[in-house]
Amino acid sequence: MASNDRRILLDFEKPLAELDSQILQIRELAEENGVDYSDQIYQLEARALELRKEIFSNLTPTQRLQVARHPRRPSTLDYIQAISDEWMELHGDRRGFDDPAVVGGVARFNGQPVVMLGQQKGRDTKDNIARNFGMASPGGYRKAIRLMEHADRFGMPILTFIDTPAAWAGIEAEQFGQGEAIAYNLREMFKFEVPIVCTVIGEGGSGGALGIGVGDRVIMLEHSVYSVAPPEACAAILWRDAGKSAQAADALKITAEDLQRLGIIDEILPEPIGAAHADPLQATEILKDALIRTLAELSSMGSQQRKDLRYQKFRSIGVFAEASLTA
Amino acid sequence: MSSLFDWFANRQKKEPEIQAQPERDIADGLWTKCDKCSALTYTKDLKANQMVCLECNHHMRVFSDERLRQILDPDSWQPMNEQLLPLDPLGFRDRKPYSDRVRETQDKTKLTDAVQTGLGKIEGNPVALGVMDFRFMGGSMGSVVGEKLTRLIERATQQRIPVLIVCASGGARMQEGMLSLMQMAKISGALERHREANLLYIPLLTHPTAGGVTASFAMLGDIILAEPKATIAFAGRRVVEQTIREKLPDDFQTAEYLLGRGFIDAIVPRTQLRKTLGQLLRLHQSPPTVPSKLVMHHLPDLKTLSSIEG
Repeated sequence: MASNDRRILLDFEKPLAELDSQILQIRELAEENGVDYSDQIYQLEARALELRKEIFSNLTPTQRLQVARHPRRPSTLDYIQAISDEWMELHGDRRGFDDPAVVGGVARFNGQPVVMLGQQKGRDTKDNIARNFGMASPGGYRKAIRLMEHADRFGMPILTFIDTPAAWAGIEAEQFGQGEAIAYNLREMFKFEVPIVCTVIGEGGSGGALGIGVGDRVIMLEHSVYSVAPPEACAAILWRDAGKSAQAADALKITAEDLQRLGIIDEILPEPIGAAHADPLQATEILKDALIRTLAELSSMGSQQRKDLRYQKFRSIGVFAEASLTA
Repeated sequence: MSSLFDWFANRQKKEPEIQAQPERDIADGLWTKCDKCSALTYTKDLKANQMVCLECNHHMRVFSDERLRQILDPDSWQPMNEQLLPLDPLGFRDRKPYSDRVRETQDKTKLTDAVQTGLGKIEGNPVALGVMDFRFMGGSMGSVVGEKLTRLIERATQQRIPVLIVCASGGARMQEGMLSLMQMAKISGALERHREANLLYIPLLTHPTAGGVTASFAMLGDIILAEPKATIAFAGRRVVEQTIREKLPDDFQTAEYLLGRGFIDAIVPRTQLRKTLGQLLRLHQSPPTVPSKLVMHHLPDLKTLSSIEG
């Protein structure tokens, strides 16, 4: 089974894979010889579980980044399709573009009509090229805000899913106003009367992520990351050495725990043991439950109260000293 | 912000140039050499011409104090929130601890952080003004810049006055990590409330305006002005060149280029700036009698209507 499964192994997953294949071998041996090895198998499985727990609860920021970028990690469309009762993708920014790096549409979620949208990374190389590796162009941000405006008009809560290395930095992106497109979203998202929940499901890459990231609640999956700049690039500039990206990843504080401590995000959703790619179904259930609970909380407020709290939430972010004026 | 990287990379080249010619030298030195055409100009004349080269019209870099003098009515400046100081919330250390970098920059520039904010008047019109200063870590935006600008905009909303922000920044400040990125949202939120109150916001984009500043308050003006030849970008030139693996045209990401693409309203030579701002502020000053007259006109109608219904 393991041999024809094209699994992509991260370095720190290798001891686990070895253990898994040992278990498999013993199983096969037991079957061939008709001997009962279930005790040994049970012990090994317990050890594998412990090891998996241990490894995944002690990941360094760089390892987190690897998990967040894992090619098998569930994407925005995977989650949308799995958590919604029904869903129809809608296209285009009405300004001449339909950016495949951003997907969005109308859906029924837990019985309620909502708008869901997010950056979409490719599921394989071909798809990734088509979707520009989830790096949105101005048209993508404009499609997103157009769908959010739609949601606001029809009283549908907005669920955004963040998964992007960065906003696209190509020539057309500059030509068509990447800065303006993101800026516009940042301002307009404060306006909406409907609840907004933003979830970082993989990689939250700087302004490209924030462009759909202003919400009443900002949630992160346990092994996702959110950073002001990609650690590789930060290392190249601040350390003048791209090889120092591990130090940069550490210094930038990109993990969910660090960001909760800094007051940037509201909640961390635990992932299945071995991360979301190890058990996408369970990851989906965890996400769905959290979104149902969060929407219920937000729906119990009036729209003005929600808007005020959304403002206050971002208003209070920042760490500085305020010296006494009388000094 | 990708453009921030670009800027940091460029800063390595530019820093000595800035150090060799700090503002003080320009003020004290008898002659100043244009960085563009190398013409020597009597410094007094150059300052009188707002640091615009008399030979080639090149707009030399102007820092916050000088900018305030150029734009505002004399003695109208009331600084706000000068007591806000940066901290080092991440304990950030690259080749040098962030806290050292901040202290050294403060000593060198006599600034507390990369923006000065306050209230002032332009040709008699009250305005809430923020001026970024590129000398302070490339005008990068961390918690203090975000907080000072947010307080400025909130004050303007409260007092019902326009906001003017002079942008000069490489983008979000990496050394404060995600706290810096979130300042983009925070300031945009404050601008939303200011806008909701039908108040005027004008950003002036000066060289350079990039990254997270471009992707937030720089591009959110009701009217967006820029200085001639200013570089205005989201991702910096080098990042774009590396991404697409080809050279970019010379005028790419200049103020002139953005004007041609419809992203800014006007390029204003520095010598015309004060006059232009005064004109725009006057044009958007709705005389207080007009709205109240409108209300008076409508009130009797409404009363009649309700009395009929009642």
